[in-house]
Order: sequence, then C-alpha cells, then structure tokens
Amino acid sequence: MRWLWIDRVTELIPREKLVAIKNVSLAEDHLHDHFPATGEWPALPIMPAALIIEGMAQSAGILVGHANDFKEKVVLAKVSNASIDRDVMPGSTLRYTATIERLDPAGAMTKGLVELLVTPGEGEFQTIGQIDLMFSHVDQNMAGLAFPEHNFVFGEGFRTVLRSSGIAYPG
Amino acid sequence: MIRDEIFEKIREVLVDALAVDDDEVTPDATLTGTLGAESIDFLDIVFKLEQTFNIKIEQGELFPDNVMQDPEFVQDGKVTSRGIDELRQRLPHLDFSKIESDPSVTNVGEMFTVDAVVSFVERKLAAS
Repeated sequence: MRWLWIDRVTELIPREKLVAIKNVSLAEDHLHDHFPATGEWPALPIMPAALIIEGMAQSAGILVGHANDFKEKVVLAKVSNASIDRDVMPGSTLRYTATIERLDPAGAMTKGLVELLVTPGEGEFQTIGQIDLMFSHVDQNMAGLAFPEHNFVFGEGFRTVLRSSGIAYPG
Repeated sequence: MIRDEIFEKIREVLVDALAVDDDEVTPDATLTGTLGAESIDFLDIVFKLEQTFNIKIEQGELFPDNVMQDPEFVQDGKVTSRGIDELRQRLPHLDFSKIESDPSVTNVGEMFTVDAVVSFVERKLAAS
C-alpha cells in the first residue's frame, strides 16, 4: 500500500486553492482493521478520521509546495482544528478543498473543507468536516539542523498524482 | 489600542494556538514553561499575531533565530555577553535583568513571557 490519500487533483489555483478527491475502496487494507469483526460484532469498515486528516494534509501540502515550485520541504507542523461529523464508508468519495490562509517564507496556514459524495455518480457533496493545518518550510525553521538536499517530501508518488491529474511538476 | 486590549487579544491567540485555558494566560506566564509552547508553536503564534493585529513580523523578530545555535553566543550552557548583546539588539521587547544575573540558556525561555509579547505588539503597533 502506498501512502497516498488522494486519488486525483481536480482543481488547482496556484497559491490559492486546491481541490482533490479520494475514492474510498474496500480494497484498502486499513478498512479491514478499522473495525474488524469480533465474536460479538460484524466488521464495520470506516475510513479512520486520522487518514482523512492525512488526505487533507496531502491536498493542502501540494498546494503549499506548488506555490514555491516544490523547492521547499513542506512539513505538516500542526493540526490547528479538525472536525469530522460523519462516518465515511467504502464506496464513497471524499472531496478535499484546501485554501491558503497565509503563506510566507517560514511556512503556511491552510483551511480545509471535507465533503462527502455518499453514492458515487449521484447526488451532491455534503460538507462533513473542517480541517485547518499549519505547515513549516522545514529548511527555514530548524536553525542549525541540516536536512537532505533532495526534497524528500514530494516524492514519486505525489508526482504521479500530479501528472495523472494533468498538473505539471517542475523539472 | 491600549495595553489591556492588546493583552486580551493575545490571550485569545495563545488559547487558540496552545490549547490552554484563559486563566492560564497571565502576564507573567512564560510561553514554553507555563504554557507548554514548543518550537513549532512559535510559528503559529507569529502567524496568528500577524492576522489579529494586521502587522508583519519578520522571521526572528519576535523569537530569536540562529542565536542559540551559534557557539559565539552560547558556550557551556551559558549565553555569552556577546550573545546577550545580540539578543538585546534583536529583541528589545524582552526584560534582560534575570539573564544578566544568571546567563544560563534555560533562562532565555523565561524571558518569553506573555507580557513580553504584549510589549512587542505594542511597539509594532506604535511603529505602524
């Protein structure tokens, strides 16, 4: 399993907004552990809230990284606020909308809206949560600490997501 | 804006950034010691202060940058006199009386009180 919690970027307004979708599939192992059947209860597959936050962090992180041509190592520093009001079951689609509140050389703050399309192809997205994050440009904030030169944050997986979403990755 | 108003707004910023209770944020409270701020929280606090007061805070302006790691300024767990001079020049909103009598590095954190942040914002607003 790859650590990619978005499937496609559907909209990107540089330095402003990124929209990504995540299709929740029973083929994902984690759904079988969250929660497995017990002697008493049948299995109850629910997308863990922590992974919904990760999906938002990846969406917002790409938006923040893109703002500086992916030259900065954008690291999630803080989950300032997260609320998710509904269980997300397999077969549903999540839509993450990340917007930049603040962007400067040291890092960024983002706001995020989580929406759910319960039946794929039908109906409208319903807002189910809000996730606000803070990112650090790690090279700018860890005085005295050196990090590897290559950008370990935006690896091949992210490049694939961007390429398949039709977004150019520099270099 | 009067000092009390600045304090109240800073209290809101710190409650939000550090998930502490209102009554924990007193003028004497230190950001790291009393309120449990970690290094990354300083970035958050700076962002939130900029938003709240509509000011621009340069990196290292409110909290020191590249001083504590510099062997010229810190030796054997103590801030050198050059280090204190450097800090005083960069951070005039701080009260240096304690660190002058005991220059232990641990006392640097003690200078970052809520009151020092209020003084900092007061200066910034006066200058803008």
